[in-house]
Amino acid sequence: MASEAVFSHRDPMLQKRDEFEDMLEERRNSSDLRYALRCYTPVLYKGVTPCTAGALKNMVLQSAQIHFVIGQVSNETGRAVDDIQEEASAILEEMAHSLQLSTVRFFAFTLSKVFKTLFRSICVNEEGIQRLQQAIQEHPVVLLPSHRSYMDFLLMSYILYTYDLALPVIAAGMDFMGMKFVGEMLRMSGAFFIRRSFGGDKLYWAVFSEYVKTMLKNGFAPVEFFLEGTRSRTSKSLTPKLGLLNIAMDPFLKGEVFDVHLVPVSISYERILEEALYARELLGVPKPKESTSGLFKARKVLSEDYGSIHVYFGQPVSVRRLSQGKVDRGQFNLTPRHIPKRPSEEIHSFVNDSAYGLVRAQEENMVLKPWVLLASLLLQNHHGDQASGRARGMALDELTEQAVWLRDLSRQYGAFLHWPDHVPPPEVVSSSLSLHRGLLTITEGRVQLASEQAGGPAGPGEPPPVGPEEELLRQAVTVLSCVSYRNQALHVFLRPALLASAVHAASSSGKQEIFNSFSFLRNMFSNEFILCPGATVQDFEEACFLLVKTGALHVSQQEVVVTERGHRTLAFLTSVLDPFLQGYQVVCRFLSEEANEALTEKQFVPTVRKFIIKRLLAGRLRYTEVLSSDLQKNALAALLRLGAVQKIKGAEPGTLKVNKVMVHSLEDALGGNLPTQKPAAVARL
Amino acid sequence: MSCLNFNVSHVLSQLNLCQYLPFHRQEIMKWNGWGYSDSRFLFNKKGQAEFTGKRYKLSGMIIPGLKEWFEGTFGANLQHKSPPILNSSAVRPPTLNEAFVEELKSTGVPFSHDAEDRVFRAYGHCVHEIFALREGRIGRVPDLVVWPNCHNDVVKIVELACKHNVCLIPYGGGTSVSSALECPSEETRSIVSLDTSQMNRILWIDEKNLTAHVEAGIVGQDLERLLNESGYCTGHEPDSMEFSSLGGWVATRASGMKKNIYGNIEDLVVHIKMVTPRGVIEKSCQGPRMSTGPDVHHFILGSEGTLGVVTEVTMKIRPMPEYQKYGSVVFPNFEQGVACLREVAKQVTPDFYLIFSSGHALKPQVSSIFTSFLDGLKKIYITKFKGFDPNRLCVATLLFEGNREKVLQHEKQVYDIAAKFGGLAAGEDNGQRGYMLTFVIAYLRDLGMDYYVMGESFETSVPWDRVLDICQNVKARIVHECKERGVQFTPLSTCRVTQTYDAGACVYFYFGFNYRGLSDPVHVYEQVEHAAREEILANGGSLSHHHGVGKLRKEWMSETVSNVGIGMLKSVKDYVDPNNIFGNRNLF
Repeated sequence: MASEAVFSHRDPMLQKRDEFEDMLEERRNSSDLRYALRCYTPVLYKGVTPCTAGALKNMVLQSAQIHFVIGQVSNETGRAVDDIQEEASAILEEMAHSLQLSTVRFFAFTLSKVFKTLFRSICVNEEGIQRLQQAIQEHPVVLLPSHRSYMDFLLMSYILYTYDLALPVIAAGMDFMGMKFVGEMLRMSGAFFIRRSFGGDKLYWAVFSEYVKTMLKNGFAPVEFFLEGTRSRTSKSLTPKLGLLNIAMDPFLKGEVFDVHLVPVSISYERILEEALYARELLGVPKPKESTSGLFKARKVLSEDYGSIHVYFGQPVSVRRLSQGKVDRGQFNLTPRHIPKRPSEEIHSFVNDSAYGLVRAQEENMVLKPWVLLASLLLQNHHGDQASGRARGMALDELTEQAVWLRDLSRQYGAFLHWPDHVPPPEVVSSSLSLHRGLLTITEGRVQLASEQAGGPAGPGEPPPVGPEEELLRQAVTVLSCVSYRNQALHVFLRPALLASAVHAASSSGKQEIFNSFSFLRNMFSNEFILCPGATVQDFEEACFLLVKTGALHVSQQEVVVTERGHRTLAFLTSVLDPFLQGYQVVCRFLSEEANEALTEKQFVPTVRKFIIKRLLAGRLRYTEVLSSDLQKNALAALLRLGAVQKIKGAEPGTLKVNKVMVHSLEDALGGNLPTQKPAAVARL
Repeated sequence: MSCLNFNVSHVLSQLNLCQYLPFHRQEIMKWNGWGYSDSRFLFNKKGQAEFTGKRYKLSGMIIPGLKEWFEGTFGANLQHKSPPILNSSAVRPPTLNEAFVEELKSTGVPFSHDAEDRVFRAYGHCVHEIFALREGRIGRVPDLVVWPNCHNDVVKIVELACKHNVCLIPYGGGTSVSSALECPSEETRSIVSLDTSQMNRILWIDEKNLTAHVEAGIVGQDLERLLNESGYCTGHEPDSMEFSSLGGWVATRASGMKKNIYGNIEDLVVHIKMVTPRGVIEKSCQGPRMSTGPDVHHFILGSEGTLGVVTEVTMKIRPMPEYQKYGSVVFPNFEQGVACLREVAKQVTPDFYLIFSSGHALKPQVSSIFTSFLDGLKKIYITKFKGFDPNRLCVATLLFEGNREKVLQHEKQVYDIAAKFGGLAAGEDNGQRGYMLTFVIAYLRDLGMDYYVMGESFETSVPWDRVLDICQNVKARIVHECKERGVQFTPLSTCRVTQTYDAGACVYFYFGFNYRGLSDPVHVYEQVEHAAREEILANGGSLSHHHGVGKLRKEWMSETVSNVGIGMLKSVKDYVDPNNIFGNRNLF
């Protein structure tokens, strides 16, 4: 019903959000064991009885689609049908979940213990739970949580169990399967495993999609997967992957069910368990392969305080309503529905738009803690200090003043900010700082980022740091951890920041010129942020709306003018985007200066990292966060998309061919000479 | 309770009722409702439902369960009546083309511009048409009614219409449910309704070739009765056969419930004669099949009165069946019932059997009228077969016709297949009752309209693999749309499979709702039906199986037959009728 509300972005201030309840509170006051063993009787879609894992597998293997694909593969390869059937059966064996209530109860008990130790509270919007319960009874439901931590899906199941809702089946990456025992445990708690890549494997795709569709169509359980595909290491939402969403929408588009409801779920962690791990990973210390023993080593995290978690179940989005006027379902009328077909252009762009809309819905309901604002301010200050060469930090009262200012601004932009209004701001600031003291040094009433991370993963076995490079990387761990908090608020400021940067770069106040710059930046950064393709004009209007509403800009038919009181806002907004602008420039510089014929995609990150380290050490680059491999990869993806770099089949697979002229001009554009006249077809206002 | 003999025409001749339609049909038929004036459902003073008149076996009987069903399904209340406002005087005076009328007089063809005659021919039986009539709202109606007596009369009328630029709308049985009979409001010329009812003779029967040459105005029951007297039948029995005409069947591509044995109208016609503004179109011989380019009959079949008037048809006939046997099967649910029908369509040669299934939700209707039947069933199933959920079970009714041995053989075959799908034979009586219902169901809508309940049925055809999905989605869409539009009571939203083909089936949807509290119920109804049709099309269903397009479903024609297809049809229209004499504006 409310999908329109989910996808409308007119005045974010008007957005209504539900209240939260702390579900750990009850756990602290009553027996975990009784809780784990309590009567669990969730309601299901149309009142169906859940089907056993074995029966489900049979349904899949006997489906018309699998029969068809088996026949097809047999024709193409000449292999015997029986043989392929066995393969299909083996794929399914490897993939399928085997949900068992006893395992769920085990998790319910253990997780209660763990969560109580780790977190102060787990807050859930109970109205969202009620909406979900309603939706589950009426339609097949897909749960789409944001993905920031391994914890996410256990947490989801834990919540659903607590509220007596049907437990979801969860699409998980095969890498979990490496952890033998844990993998099986997860399988028994409802996870099913998919290979990370199976490009051309028709049979695998068929088994996989049929498996998901069978569960969905029959309403045996809600299906859960992560639109972002993997955990975001940066706390920035990742651009959505479409494969599973395509599969989930298919039964509706083909008329096999009346509707499918998609429920975006926003999980916000006050402190992410993997905080330092992610930072190291982004800096090129490879991520440890998931292993059971590794998990136990992580045990020491248990002694830390990770603050609270907020889980917000968004409005269910009806695929039927979403597709109205956008997809002609009649396109499936002329071929049997069990014959797999590539989605049409129309469907592809519909799924893509929906996916972006859903990720934005997740973003919007992410709870931001005051610390997120503090991190943004401290980072900006840190960079300012670096530019001036003095590491002075920020006075607490100055930080507080700025934080209050930013609090009001972000609220006007619609941020879901949990700032306790009844507590005096200085106290809010100091308690936020204390939870994250590992990232900070506070001396003489001045705060700055810690130059060395205390309590970080640097074990006692590691040799003490030597040399400026190590020193830099150490610092970078702290900076990237802070960046991951600042990033949580990026979606709030993104569109205004793009506009601010466009205004900043523009030589005149002509609206069309500024729009063109905006459009250029938006296009450049569409691998970096959640910017739905084709929505340039809406985004521009949204940005104008927000900046005009807050009195920072004056926008007329022809002109965009910064107001007197708007300078502070615009300065803040431009510096939000500045690290990214500089980062992309450096990547361009690298490609035009250093890239040789033999550069491959694989070598790209290590070599660009070396280049960046050199520049940072030489003081020619301010932003340590540019060391993030996430930014580097996104920049490369953007350049590939824009055609400035091409992947060719050279001696090595994935050799990169750089169009130096184009890369140079993009660098120039990012450096402030933003193109005001765009080539080719660009939207006009 | 005794039951109605399925063969309605037989009953009618026994009762010795009128044999042909009179000039002034309103003398025996309702002008603002279905069927004969003397036959209707009503709640008597004791609050019991009763069916009046003497024409049907159900006539004069009390129907015990109907009231409960009616109140339970729709939330209707006998205290809340919405009787028709009788006001047929609001008819605008006719716009006559004097020159045309003068010349018409000289031909001797009878005509009338009496208000009642004109209003009667201005409408079909769509909900909005009947509702408007009941409310006394009368829009554009024909200005004149003519009654040609034979093919040559029609030729004269069409010539005069062309000469004087008069708009002609052919009128047969008047049972249209596609707004096909509505006069286009933008039509400024004089509109003449060409009533074919007096062209109702069987001109000859050819026993060697088993064909009959018949005038196109004959209505189904008369055709069947007259052929029966000679020992033959056509086997074409649409639900409307009491009133619909042969010409109408041809013009709309009609289908009858025994089509599995005898075929649809396009399979039954051997030769058609049609009068168009360009002249008469007909083939030169009666060969059973020809390879002479596209079949020109197919320009006529389904032309919905846009090209001319069908005047005479040669039809296939068959000796009356030696043996008839009814039957019924109860399935635990609709899904298994459909699966069984699909299997039967695959395995059993289509001769000599007919199968037709009541969707599970039609069951309440059955149960209300024949409570004892369903109560009996429920008892059986609850005691003996606990797996059957009385709220989900579904009944299929069967009719076998033909040679006795073959009938029995096919019957066994069908019951064996049914058993594989969990179906249980439920006796001949139940089957026979199912058929009887066909003819009285149409009267039920008028009863509903007396108590704020508005209802309609619409049909589609769909491939087998889509049958269950389309049923589920269209039913859900109806409920969903009603809710969205403020209908306060849960609507009746149900379906049944009524015809089976090799490659698919015909599905009927029934939709009814209590419209108390709505300011513009017809508009709500139309929006819901519109949405339901969109849902049908999105789910791979056709625009219509046999009701036709008329004006009601015109907007979907080009997506249905493609723009090129529309162009082909239009170019035929442009050639045959360049001045749009047959100006009912159906189809496109």
